[in-house]
Amino acid sequence: MRNSVQRLGNITVVGLKAIARNKMRSFLTMLGIVIGVGCVIVVVAIGNGASQSIQNTINSLGSNFLMIFPGASTQGGARIFTGSSTLTAEDAEAIKSDCPAVAYVSPVVRTNGQVVAGELNWGTQIFGVGPDWPFIRAWNNSDGSFFGDSDVKSATKVCVLGATVAENLFPQGGSVGQIVRIKNVPFKVIGVLERKGGNMMGSDQDDQVVAPYTTVMKRLQGQSKLNMIYAAASSADGVSDAQQQIEGLLRQRHRIAPGADLDFQMRSQEEIAAASQQQMTILRTLLLSIAAVSLFIGGIGIMNIMLVSVTERTREIGIRMAIGAKGRHVLLQFLFEAITLSIVGGILGAALGVGASTLAGKLLNWPIVISTWSIGVAFGVAAAIGVFFGFYPARKAARLDPIDALRYE
Amino acid sequence: MARVIEIHELTKVYTMGEVEVRALDGVDLVVDEGDFVAVMGPSGSGKSTLMNILGCLDRPTGGKYLLDGVDVSELDRDARAVIRNAKIGFVFQSFNLLARTSAVENTELPLLYGELGWSREERRKAALDSLHRVGLKGREGNQPSQLSGGQQQRVAIARALVTNPAMVLADEPTGNLDSRTSEEIMAIFQGLNDDGKTIVLITHEPDIAQYSKRIVHVKDGRIQHDERIEQHRVPPRGIEPPVAVKR
Repeated sequence: MRNSVQRLGNITVVGLKAIARNKMRSFLTMLGIVIGVGCVIVVVAIGNGASQSIQNTINSLGSNFLMIFPGASTQGGARIFTGSSTLTAEDAEAIKSDCPAVAYVSPVVRTNGQVVAGELNWGTQIFGVGPDWPFIRAWNNSDGSFFGDSDVKSATKVCVLGATVAENLFPQGGSVGQIVRIKNVPFKVIGVLERKGGNMMGSDQDDQVVAPYTTVMKRLQGQSKLNMIYAAASSADGVSDAQQQIEGLLRQRHRIAPGADLDFQMRSQEEIAAASQQQMTILRTLLLSIAAVSLFIGGIGIMNIMLVSVTERTREIGIRMAIGAKGRHVLLQFLFEAITLSIVGGILGAALGVGASTLAGKLLNWPIVISTWSIGVAFGVAAAIGVFFGFYPARKAARLDPIDALRYE
Repeated sequence: MARVIEIHELTKVYTMGEVEVRALDGVDLVVDEGDFVAVMGPSGSGKSTLMNILGCLDRPTGGKYLLDGVDVSELDRDARAVIRNAKIGFVFQSFNLLARTSAVENTELPLLYGELGWSREERRKAALDSLHRVGLKGREGNQPSQLSGGQQQRVAIARALVTNPAMVLADEPTGNLDSRTSEEIMAIFQGLNDDGKTIVLITHEPDIAQYSKRIVHVKDGRIQHDERIEQHRVPPRGIEPPVAVKR
């Protein structure tokens, strides 16, 4: 037993020396594995980061959250949005008064525009919402106050700024009470929203201005339909009740016959989360398969070099066999070389992957989550590739005839 | 006296397509321990085939081969590898050292594959002893490219000796060397033989064969002639085997 362990040790030493003798070539051989493993780790880190930040954003909507938006979900099997909205402010009011499972409702209209304060200006999204909006989004003011029912009724020209907008228009602070012009209409700033930070696919949630929906519709848009309706069920358990009540009510209000297609769609927070997770899974599978291909190519690279190396070292193999190496010794030597190359490649690749992920996270301001399992898996795959692609060249070496090998020029 | 080599009716037949070539056609040979035999013959005589079989690199088609009392004629690849490692020390025409590997590491090589588990220190010590024995003190760390042809062949001899084999099998050991270096190498072989080592030398040069004690002529796959040399050749004055050889 001691002898065979000793000999195994000897053979690993032989393999290591061969690698050390050909440093440059060994490095180039590893490169495929290095890049493959690095790729896997970066892809998984970026994918995880994205899905986690989406998850955070969706979670911040609150588990009671419901979103109603116009458009038929299916029409003859095809998903179609006709373009003109069918949702009205009256629908929103009706939901609030007639659906007992619904606690809060806010109409939503959306437009883009330039916001000017003194000499500074800032292009952003302007949302017209109702007074329930802060409760639905669970979003408080950091300064000032939010508008109320009376502001909506009389379409007062007041607005609440997102933290990013406030910073850009009023770098010194003190925005509350100031006047800003949105599309040349003067609005009085009555509050600033708390910073949310969390961003979905890179967009900044704090880059928006919120105003009463009546004001936005009359002064900035001139349209009478809503882009969306936000609602919140009175409890997380009441979400499906709320969905049923809203659907029944809107069917009635929009005069939709039983069995006919709806002219609106509804998504709960849970459904939004599931849909975005599904997209992320598709994206991640795609990226991972690219990474897997590059690992595979790395493996072929190792096999190629090992084959060249076996041919080049035929003489050496002959010498070793003549002085007493068995086929098994030669097989193990070459197999060990291949495995060492891929494992060292795996280590370098893991370092590269972690480094590149961190750098990408810093430079692109992208959320990065480096998972230990991706490092483990990439590493294991690299080692397996070493065994798999190293075996054929190693067996070829082991089967050489010592007489021919010694004569090989 | 113990017999190191005992061969009876040895044949080797190669089949090339439909033609059968009888490279060895019934060879009988006995080599006693401590002998120094030169096997001579023109190319195509079966000399190389005999050397491959003597060296356990190849298997005979028929006949018996006892090496150091062990029947090796039926052994498989791995078993022959073990025999080669334990009982035979090879010296080749083209030295066959591993490139970019120091003299001492080259010498250690057979011990890596041995059945006896040698520790690192034991290997190093045996290799250094062996190198000193062939007069290479001070060159232990040199790689083959930093050594002359004669020095490289000495490393090869040291490697052949390191396992203390039953015989040293030298295949044209002076074929790549000038005459003076050849004489040095032959002096080393003679010194080893004086020490009791059995040596089988394959060569086609008559004056090299004269250093041995016995010349076996091979022709057409048979032994033609087997003569004992009463007064074997000694190296000219000034060329002496390294002191360490004579212990």
